[in-house]
Amino acid sequence: MTPLAQLIEAALFSASRPLTVEELTTLDPDAGHADVRTALDLLKEHYDFAPHGVELVELAGGYQILTRPAFAEAIERANFTPRAPRLTPAALETLAIIAYRQPVGRAEIEEIRGVSAGGVLRALQERNLIEVVGRGEALGRPLLYGTTPSFLELLGMNDLADLPRADELTIALRPHPAASTGPDDATAYVPAES
Amino acid sequence: MTAADVQVNGPDTTAALGGTPGFVVQLEQFSGPLDLLLHLLREQRIDIADIPIARIADQFLQSISQLGLNQAADYLDMASRLVRLKAQLLLPRHGDEEGWEDPRAELVRRLLEYQQVKEIALFLGKQAERRALQYVRGYLPPPPELPEPPLTLDLTDLMVAVERVLAGILTPVLHRVVARPLDVEGAALRIEVLLAERSEISFRDAVGPNPSIVDLLSTLLALLELAKRGLLRVAQDQPFAPMVIRRDAPGPAD
Repeated sequence: MTPLAQLIEAALFSASRPLTVEELTTLDPDAGHADVRTALDLLKEHYDFAPHGVELVELAGGYQILTRPAFAEAIERANFTPRAPRLTPAALETLAIIAYRQPVGRAEIEEIRGVSAGGVLRALQERNLIEVVGRGEALGRPLLYGTTPSFLELLGMNDLADLPRADELTIALRPHPAASTGPDDATAYVPAES
Repeated sequence: MTAADVQVNGPDTTAALGGTPGFVVQLEQFSGPLDLLLHLLREQRIDIADIPIARIADQFLQSISQLGLNQAADYLDMASRLVRLKAQLLLPRHGDEEGWEDPRAELVRRLLEYQQVKEIALFLGKQAERRALQYVRGYLPPPPELPEPPLTLDLTDLMVAVERVLAGILTPVLHRVVARPLDVEGAALRIEVLLAERSEISFRDAVGPNPSIVDLLSTLLALLELAKRGLLRVAQDQPFAPMVIRRDAPGPAD
């Protein structure tokens, strides 16, 4: 392990969120992006070679040291750390819509799910999984929501591109509507194989 | 299969609420009317693209009544849409078949879209489960426990809280600011002017409108001074009664 790899290990150990390569370069004025990447590879090898209980994971556009899944059960049983409560089906559905349609307003979410979304949106905002990213052009300039880095972190994803693409789903996706749909917007429908 | 055959496995407690007025607080089994509708279709292996609306509409109404959801606006909205669709399909078609548009198309589109959202939600749920197997270093403090609603406090709690707040306030340093010294001469002049016009005035007349504490004291001192000089008499019917000030020709003092 090089001194830079050690420094990066210490920084990642101290942080409570994934750190990006960009952020890690600020640790040492002499270290460039390439140096940081090399050091990260070294650190990853170090953890994997003589396996450690932790590993270096690429997450939400950055790097984080996580415990290995194999130990999850024992750690959970010992109850050392509080765990975030599981997301409800309503929360997951709302997140799904926001992840694919962002920026998206409350009206569109409610139209797709067929239920009011105020409470779920507030809960997701409190957990910092979504945030207001702008305002729409529609009447009343509605708030538009998007996902946060914490959303990627929660799902163990590096990028929104890690979400399954529409053609990987068993149900065909309708084209993104230009405007919010009303009851008259049924003409574009083509039955899909399901 | 008739509507009566449909058995939706709702929790007994919720089912017992069917038909009674009230609010639906928890809808744990279904995350919305579309979810319930999909459940009905799946249960009977009905093709989404060819929904027997009349039957499904009846079953939907029956289900929300059984589940006690018939007070929930979202479910009622769907119920009314289904009933409308049912009515539309009962109307005879006019003109060419080519131009006819299936009124169910919108519902089908929404159901397919919602099914897709559910599929993605399932994927997200699995991802989150997998990710939850790996712990981060870093302690997240548990959220503070909220008091049970409604907030119950008695008077003593409130008083103790007020005491605590007041105790935290530093005693303010008060400066005594004297705006101006007493103007006894000015007050005496005013009284003399007034008494030149009228033989009798009240103390209120003497101090003038909206008197300040300085005005009051100045006037009082001026009155005493003038009375001592024998220029006026000050009388009071009884203690705390209004003072009456009378012009008095110079003469022997009392």
